Amino acid sequence: MRVDGKGRVDRSRPVSFRFDGQSYSGFEGDTLASALLANDVRMVGRSFKYHRPRGILTAGSEEPNALVTIGKGGATDPNVRATMQEIYAGLEARSQNAWPSLAFDLLSVNDLAAPFLGAGFYYKTFMWPRAFWEKVYEPAIRRAAGLGALAATKDGDHYEKAYAFCDVLVIGAGPTGLMAAWVAAQSGADVILADEDARMGGRLNAETLHVDGMPGAEWAADMAAKLAEMPNVRLMTRTTVTGAYDGGTYGALERVSQHIDGVPKGGVRETFWRIVAKRAVLAAGAIERHIAFQNNDRPGIMAAGAVRAYLNRWGVAPGQAISVFANNDDAHRTAMDFQEAGVDVAAVIDSRAEAKALGDYRVIAGAMVTGSTGRKGLTGIEVQSGSGTQKIATDCLAVSGGWNPTVHMTCHMNGRPIWNEEIASFVPTPGAIPGMETAGACNGAFSTAACLAQGVAAAKVCLEAINMKVADVDLPVADDTAYSVAPLWAVPGKGRAWLDFQNDVSVKDVRQAAKENFTSVEHMKRYTTQGMATDQGKNSNVTALALLADASGRGIPETGTTTFRPPFVPVALAAFGAGAQGKGFAPERKTTSHAATIAAGAPMIEAGMWYRPSYFPAPGETTWRQSCDREVGYVREAVGVCDVSTLGKIDIQGPDAAKLLDFVYTNMFSTLKEGRVRYGLMLREDGFVMDDGTTARLGPNHYVMTTTTAAAGQVMRHLEFVTQALRPDWDVRIISVTEQWAQFAVAGPKARDLLNGVLDTPIDNDAWPFMACGEVSVQGVPGRLFRISFSGEHAYEIAVPSRYGDSLFRLLVARAEGAGGGAYGMEALNVLRIEKGFITHAEIHGRVTAQDIGMGRMLSRKKDFIGKTMAARPGLNADGLEQLVGLKPVGPVKQLTAGAHIYSDGEEAVRAHDQGYVTSVAFSPTLGHYMGLGFVRDGLSRHGETLNMVDHLRGIQTQVALCDPVFFDPEGGRTRG
Amino acid sequence: MRLPCPICGARDVREFYYQGAAVMLDRPAPDAGVEAWDHYLHLRENPAGDLEEFWSHDAGCGAWLKVVRNTVTHEVKSAELTAEVAR
Repeated sequence: MRVDGKGRVDRSRPVSFRFDGQSYSGFEGDTLASALLANDVRMVGRSFKYHRPRGILTAGSEEPNALVTIGKGGATDPNVRATMQEIYAGLEARSQNAWPSLAFDLLSVNDLAAPFLGAGFYYKTFMWPRAFWEKVYEPAIRRAAGLGALAATKDGDHYEKAYAFCDVLVIGAGPTGLMAAWVAAQSGADVILADEDARMGGRLNAETLHVDGMPGAEWAADMAAKLAEMPNVRLMTRTTVTGAYDGGTYGALERVSQHIDGVPKGGVRETFWRIVAKRAVLAAGAIERHIAFQNNDRPGIMAAGAVRAYLNRWGVAPGQAISVFANNDDAHRTAMDFQEAGVDVAAVIDSRAEAKALGDYRVIAGAMVTGSTGRKGLTGIEVQSGSGTQKIATDCLAVSGGWNPTVHMTCHMNGRPIWNEEIASFVPTPGAIPGMETAGACNGAFSTAACLAQGVAAAKVCLEAINMKVADVDLPVADDTAYSVAPLWAVPGKGRAWLDFQNDVSVKDVRQAAKENFTSVEHMKRYTTQGMATDQGKNSNVTALALLADASGRGIPETGTTTFRPPFVPVALAAFGAGAQGKGFAPERKTTSHAATIAAGAPMIEAGMWYRPSYFPAPGETTWRQSCDREVGYVREAVGVCDVSTLGKIDIQGPDAAKLLDFVYTNMFSTLKEGRVRYGLMLREDGFVMDDGTTARLGPNHYVMTTTTAAAGQVMRHLEFVTQALRPDWDVRIISVTEQWAQFAVAGPKARDLLNGVLDTPIDNDAWPFMACGEVSVQGVPGRLFRISFSGEHAYEIAVPSRYGDSLFRLLVARAEGAGGGAYGMEALNVLRIEKGFITHAEIHGRVTAQDIGMGRMLSRKKDFIGKTMAARPGLNADGLEQLVGLKPVGPVKQLTAGAHIYSDGEEAVRAHDQGYVTSVAFSPTLGHYMGLGFVRDGLSRHGETLNMVDHLRGIQTQVALCDPVFFDPEGGRTRG
Repeated sequence: MRLPCPICGARDVREFYYQGAAVMLDRPAPDAGVEAWDHYLHLRENPAGDLEEFWSHDAGCGAWLKVVRNTVTHEVKSAELTAEVAR
């Protein structure tokens, strides 16, 4: 119910929303949790395992119970914490894990079976028959247990990733964070202040405490407003810093559109930030812990700090007769605040014998709550004290077992927190995250005055570390009441006392784990599932490990905590992966001929990130083979045009350019004449082939190297390494010009005729023999011409600056079509090169040497080069190595398949008999049969032998004859013609 | 993680390509023998602590950096241009 005169919601602006189909009204500024409590909705969900009725426990992101599903279709958002969800007109929330309804849930029978369902129950019970686990047990268990369900449809909303940089990142905008940000901002630092709440102020919004004579919430609003006006400050509300990473990098999730009805057009739902901060202040506050007692999970039993937060911030009393159960002074504030607001306070049950009332309310000192009543909502509690047992009628029990500093982020880089006896909780290890200071409640300082002072001090440390002058700032006057707590983890007694509400872990489960020798806290966690739910046990972990310590006869510090890992709150994968879906995951690189290629109807194939045409279909063709065979015919009989711009092009200049090439290639390039091209083979230092390609000498100190499409990046990086690390004294410069030049192969008997139609000065065989290169003028555009061939035909590659690529491609294709040829794609290119036995990375796949591919003679004896020494290793020159061969079908089956393995005829096709494998195959329209390239043991000396190709995957067996890899025109006359 | 590229300034680790321990500067002579080459190519210390390593600023200036990084804490202690170290 609402309490008049309390809270900071805007009562002039009612907001209607729906929960489980029922319409309710709240006010602007409400969360779903506060609005439901205002409407006296107490049961909001069913627990994970036993389907027990559960209500709202907290008022923050640590909420374990009040998880709802919001949205429909692809935008469905399960497991949304009602305590974090702001209401808006039209909000529709649904409860989870209950069927057929929240009030009547059939699977609540699990709760009756609870004596059998304790820790390790699944492990012990469903052990056999083994085959049943996957098919029977697990699906049934999964159906029964669980939280919200994911939508099975695509999420159409946009998510974004963003980057920010600052001098000081302040995490949390409570009194500590506001003060730290204020000092840093006043000192001129670039500041980011992030808080997961929609409103800055932290606990100041939830308390009646004053700062500098003002109500704390107003002081916070005032500070936030002043900070917002400063140009060096970025305030980020609704932003949870989720993780601390190396080098001052922090992850943060901003909920951009969750508080409004749908993502606006062009907007985003969530943004995942990567914030790089020179220094950071963690002011993450503290989380109140529960006390375990029998049936301590009924709707209406809540955290004491949350109960008064609902009153002070949202003007809501979660009950009509409030009771408090605590072991510390702080929880007495709840009684005082409700007393002052005119709400009935039934009693404060304080476990400490010396506890006294701090106001006009009844205290039962030295007492404990031992049980509760009310199946779907609290109706009363049982209290045991020195004077015996009494029943107290109450519909809201505010429980506080003390406060746990929110140390999570300080543990993200292997830090472990330290046990602090005085506050009976863990505090951060100083310096656990390099560059991050901890301050305020997360540091174990629980009074407002101490928080403000620590905020100032932490900011100073940060500023001094980055050599900034610290501005003088007045410390506001605030409450400095000491925090006093006497540990109480669990009330002794029978019955189930709950720890982890989200995973239904009880005190008994933890003790059972200890008894079964799961005494390591990490083992206990996994055996009982304590702290493994979406809330990661924020309310219960410390209590659970304290109980484990007790049960295993150790102290709490020796027992230690489990490992806190990022993210601090659940983050949607869509947010983590923002920008990396679809094209963001695999960007497209397009050649200059892309538009013309698409217009010609060519299906594209990916080559790395490049898109290249498979083939260019002609009218009437129904299969790719028809197109491919026709395109091969163009090149063999007329002229074909193919975009080869994707090959890496590296411009190499300088007096030592020739030395560099001699060093990285196995063969000589210093002897290459100007205006000539040479094929080169490149090894890795370990003696295996890295890449191959042609290099042209354009001037005395000027070369252009081409690499394969696949290895362009690797070769560039390799050359950078050689020039920077191995030969830094050489005077040579390299740069990638792959994207600066559009380059097209013009191949076929009519290639020169075609070129002479587009070049401004005609060429002939004498001036432009095979392997010639030089500058040419193409329709008035300066270009380059290389007489090289990857098809075995009389062929050229013509290059122009990229901006002319599109028009040159269209011109060349039109001329080729006029000459009985046309464009050809990757399929035809592949057939043409296999017919000639030319290798690609299908052959030079990283495990072959120059000797293996029949290029041993290219290893120069006259010079040192990368890979030379290791290529000479005996192991790489022994008998029995797999060597490149050609393969021809010779039996009744004519098909060859890449990836198939080779076996001796008559031997079983098993690994022990493996003779080699097939790397490339194609049907040769020129020769009228399949041909293949592959590697076979001692293949070079076995030409003519008949072996057996077996493709186990496709079930194909083909008799093959080994032959020279050059199937067509072995003398090379056509290339020179 | 961030690496302080001497040319570009501090940059996110995703801009870099990792090569491994920085032992490739002292390339043995061709006739240095099997052991020297084996060391050069294959044998690496794997310390829990400071390690000199090579990183290439692939998505940046293309410089190869010699970085001293603590393999336990990921603290980056220094980054120099390999070209200057090698001279």
